[in-house]
Amino acid sequence: MRKSHPIRRVVLATAATVSGVVLLLSLKPASDPGAAAAGVVPQQTVGAQESPQGGAAATGTGTVDGNPAQTEYGIVQVRLTVSNGKITKAEAVQAPKGGTSDQKTALAIPKLNQEAVAKGTADIDSVSGASYTSGGYKQSLQSALDQAGG
Amino acid sequence: MGTVFSFDVRGGEPGAVRAALEEAVAGLHRVDEVFSTYRDDSQLSRLARDELTLEECDPEVAEVLELGAEAERLSEGWFSTRYQGRLDPTGIVKGWSAERAARLLWAAGATGVSVNGGGDVQLLGVPGPQRPWRVGVSDPIRPGGLAAVISAAGKDELAVATSGTAERGTHIVDPSTGRSAITDLVAVTVVAPQLTWADCWATAAFAMGSRQGLRWLESLPEVEALLITAGDEVRCTGGLASRLG
Repeated sequence: MRKSHPIRRVVLATAATVSGVVLLLSLKPASDPGAAAAGVVPQQTVGAQESPQGGAAATGTGTVDGNPAQTEYGIVQVRLTVSNGKITKAEAVQAPKGGTSDQKTALAIPKLNQEAVAKGTADIDSVSGASYTSGGYKQSLQSALDQAGG
Repeated sequence: MGTVFSFDVRGGEPGAVRAALEEAVAGLHRVDEVFSTYRDDSQLSRLARDELTLEECDPEVAEVLELGAEAERLSEGWFSTRYQGRLDPTGIVKGWSAERAARLLWAAGATGVSVNGGGDVQLLGVPGPQRPWRVGVSDPIRPGGLAAVISAAGKDELAVATSGTAERGTHIVDPSTGRSAITDLVAVTVVAPQLTWADCWATAAFAMGSRQGLRWLESLPEVEALLITAGDEVRCTGGLASRLG
């Protein structure tokens, strides 16, 4: 995780177009403290998408909620608990319910909790993949990672 | 498209990087306006209906269609910019636009750039001294888990693109029949220098199925891949091991 640098955050949440493009950015300066200290970070929100919540970024401790992500099975939203810059817990605060997805979700959520705190996930910068509920989880996980900024 | 783009930008002069980011964001909006097949009034939709000529479109349309034609040629039609007779370059636009955004940020002086467009990632530079970019590959069969971690160590540029069964906007077609391809794959992840191509190759290989897909990907220079079948078997190209970490 990118924990050791002071985190500067510029989040651009654009208006939801027909295709719903949302952009998240973490702007991380180089280790030069001069560059890190310069300027104030504005938060710009344009349009429908809410700015990210959570205060984990500044202190490395707290909870961060990923943006809710819509999947064909319903909405998935991930909450990360960050302590001293490390992810100590991951839970789904919203998960699809009902229909045949129940079984998949029941299997997926405990696994998601373990995996998100496993070393592999904690050390990665980004996630590549495309599959059903995990797509929504991954989007939400990706957004939570972006916001926690490690 | 419903595509989420995540940017992770390191280094560079903050003002220049911020300006480049705004330009990259505006560029992605523009791509949506111009290329969206969900919008009747996009240039692409109008071009497809012959209401516009290629010359009347933004130059990016010709650029994308030319790249798509090249991808179609190199994949022997397993990647295509046409679907059921209709013009649809969706399969190349996402990767192309994410790569373009990443290079814009790099040109502004960033020392590390990662752009993730809906699960396809273009990496440039490094996130920090002595540390390479690392991209997890979702396990399609055990959601939330990772099938692998790809490291960009030793590479100035690397892309990771995944095609899978739940991908929106991708048409998986067998070029010999023109119909949906029957494939034993649930996911293909391609690792290559440029996302524009990695995206196309993942789509093409997915349609080919695990045996032909693996053979074909092995034949491409500078391309490594991980293929996961519905039977939870993992196939890799020979050089993938050197990319893991």
